[in-house]
Amino acid sequence: MKALYKIKKGLDLHLEGEAAHKVRTIKPSAVYALSPDDFNGIVPRVVVKEGQHVDAGDPLFVDKATEKIHFVSPVSGTVAAIVRGDRRKLLHVSVQSDGKQTCRQDSPIAIDKASGSDILASLLKAGLFAFVRQRPYDVIASPEVMPKAIFVSAFSKMPLAADFSFAVEGHEDDFKTGLRALAKMAPVHLGISPEQINTPLLPVKEVQVSVFAGPNPAGNVGVHINHVDPINKGEVVWTLDPGAVVMIGRYVATGRVIMERRIAVAGSGVTEPDYADVLVGTPIADLLDGRLAETDRHMRIINGNPLVGYKSEKDGFLGAFSREVCVIPEGDDVDEVLGWIMPRTNDFSTNHSYFSWLQGRSRRYNLDCRIKGGERHMIMSGEYERVFPMDIFPEHLVKAIITGDIDKQEELGIYEVAPEDFAVAEFVDSSKLELQRIVREGLDLLRKENA
Amino acid sequence: MIKKFFDKIRPSFEENGKLHAFHSVFEGMETFLLVPHTTSRCGASIHDAIDSKRIMSFVVIALLPALFFGMYNIGYWNAQYSHIDASALSMFFYGLAVTLPKIIVSYAVGLGIEFIVAQWKKEEIQEGYLVTGLLIPMIVPVGCPLWMLALAVAFSVIFAKEVYGGTGMNIFNPALVARAFLFFAYPTSMSGDAVWVAKDPILGLGGQVPDAVTKATPLGEAAAGHPMSFQFGDMVSGLMPGSIGETSVIAIAIGAAILLWTKIASWRTMASVFVGGAVVAFLFNVAGFESNQVANIPWYEHLALGGFCFGAVFMATDPVTSARTQSGKYVYGFLIGALAIIIRVLNPGYPEGMMLAILFMNMFAPLIDYCVVQRNINKRLRRAKTQK
Repeated sequence: MKALYKIKKGLDLHLEGEAAHKVRTIKPSAVYALSPDDFNGIVPRVVVKEGQHVDAGDPLFVDKATEKIHFVSPVSGTVAAIVRGDRRKLLHVSVQSDGKQTCRQDSPIAIDKASGSDILASLLKAGLFAFVRQRPYDVIASPEVMPKAIFVSAFSKMPLAADFSFAVEGHEDDFKTGLRALAKMAPVHLGISPEQINTPLLPVKEVQVSVFAGPNPAGNVGVHINHVDPINKGEVVWTLDPGAVVMIGRYVATGRVIMERRIAVAGSGVTEPDYADVLVGTPIADLLDGRLAETDRHMRIINGNPLVGYKSEKDGFLGAFSREVCVIPEGDDVDEVLGWIMPRTNDFSTNHSYFSWLQGRSRRYNLDCRIKGGERHMIMSGEYERVFPMDIFPEHLVKAIITGDIDKQEELGIYEVAPEDFAVAEFVDSSKLELQRIVREGLDLLRKENA
Repeated sequence: MIKKFFDKIRPSFEENGKLHAFHSVFEGMETFLLVPHTTSRCGASIHDAIDSKRIMSFVVIALLPALFFGMYNIGYWNAQYSHIDASALSMFFYGLAVTLPKIIVSYAVGLGIEFIVAQWKKEEIQEGYLVTGLLIPMIVPVGCPLWMLALAVAFSVIFAKEVYGGTGMNIFNPALVARAFLFFAYPTSMSGDAVWVAKDPILGLGGQVPDAVTKATPLGEAAAGHPMSFQFGDMVSGLMPGSIGETSVIAIAIGAAILLWTKIASWRTMASVFVGGAVVAFLFNVAGFESNQVANIPWYEHLALGGFCFGAVFMATDPVTSARTQSGKYVYGFLIGALAIIIRVLNPGYPEGMMLAILFMNMFAPLIDYCVVQRNINKRLRRAKTQK
């Protein structure tokens, strides 16, 4: 029996350039790179030297605290560069591919016979535990505290988000295997959208399935947790993105680490937006090779979707958790006169002082990255609440974070949230506060205080 | 073209330019005319087109019907008592001539202080005063002298807003603080019978009203124990003496429609103010206060009189000073409506209770929110306990 949750609060936003359900082959790249910045909350220690040979699946760096979590190379080849920034902060480790893609071979795991701790040990060694995040704090999970539950969301409602039902096509068995393996460690909750009910993603009898209907952020795993089994102080929940579950399933079945996912290449700046099967760490330039629309406008490349992704450059690499790469106008070259009073029919707003409400819900917008207003103190009330479908007062929580009131943050449920849960609120905010940054910094500070 | 102009004059406002002292004014004007180029650095790459400039502009637009009607109303009463034949248009222009100096003084003093503070704190100019600056002239009697207005504006912008940290941080509604300041500092100029009709001709418009003529507001009449000389129809249309912007229910209703449709004002607050006022006024109607004229004003007339509508639509819904939680807004609004009527009926000194009711509830809004938020906190604590 699947539980159905109807989410009312939220906002669906349609942008131009959604990826069509087609897969384009991209030739293997010469260099791949892994960046520790993608893995929140860990301090890396590099375990390779420049020029050293690695196979796909060999660790490039490990976490300094426990040295148990391995971050492994997506390809075989030689370590090309260990790039450090200010104060010797590790930026990324790049590997020159040898083109053979030789893969470290472990023995496949028989799930029925394996125990939870066997699975955990294998995932740590294989470098796939690096894709397990935990709440509280929304950081890479600690292998030393087992969670009360594991949550996976099989869909995303973010604008331009990759459709997982399509991204997993042909790999459904790996996905199910992955879920079964996770279920050995803790109860697994899978959140799906109503369209996914009768698809090959299911059934998996070891996991509890919940259906979430409603607008963005109904696909956020944080919303699922809050509805199904909210986190209390002192409890830990692990979350995985569904692409990582596929990698885990593949590893369990074959004993090989293949960090490949099908990502969407989308946005109004891309000609013929569609999908591509690529390894984690693929250069963005190769992904977008010959795909950028001809334009004289400034464009922004985003690792991830326009609401939670981060700005990237053409010489960057596909992030470990990015499920899409989007290209949209930057907007710093647009001159707009008297924007505060003009009708601005090309712009989207939830507010009826603009006319988006007249243009129908299916209209697609080509939004740029301008903030379109100055940062202010919080003036309007109830703005965040309208797009925040959790039993939490977002406005008061954000205020508690800004003022650094840790007791209040705990009371208001900071352990249950991740920055991505505030993405839609950040979009609609008329005071233009950087909510995701504020929440991220709040979580980091709290983690330090509680350590 | 505008951009070229700004690019040309920009250097003189930068750090070492000779006009650096005015750089916040420059920035204010630039962002007013051109949408800033700033793009997001982190977090969400895309943003809703709404911003506080847009919001404040729409509140100002929503205020305009009431303001224009107020101007006409001023001319109408002047014509009535000076016994001249004036066309509707000339009545309006007379009102405009009376009101415009007030608006200019209010903006000049208020925005001047805002500019100085923004310059001093190296912040952007905040547009909150655009609304406050128009509200203040609309809630004072037409006879209020300009110097008094200037003093009240300065007092409220400095002590009700900037000392708290500017727009968004204030506890009390600055426009009402300005009015309260005038009310307690210069009571004779703010109430009584003499201040509600403009008496002198301006620029050839309007007539001379004899000094002996006085006209009380309907609530003033009732408070003094006289029967009211106005019909319900006058109250709705607004042809009665009162503060400049507050008399016409129809004009305020247009503003209310704009605010509610754009979701700038909360319908929860607005509706519950009216419910609160109606319930309490109805209770007074049936309670049988024989001697108290105000208690016997029918409840629907109570809602149409004085500053009730204006306060409910434009003042109580100020998001900064009202309750911020959705359920808190019901309580907040209801208590404003209820208190306003209670003050009117039971306090013979103040014929109008809306101002004090809203200021009083501004003070208690954080408490209401505290209770609502605390329920959520307790729920979370209980959940944690039952798990263990």
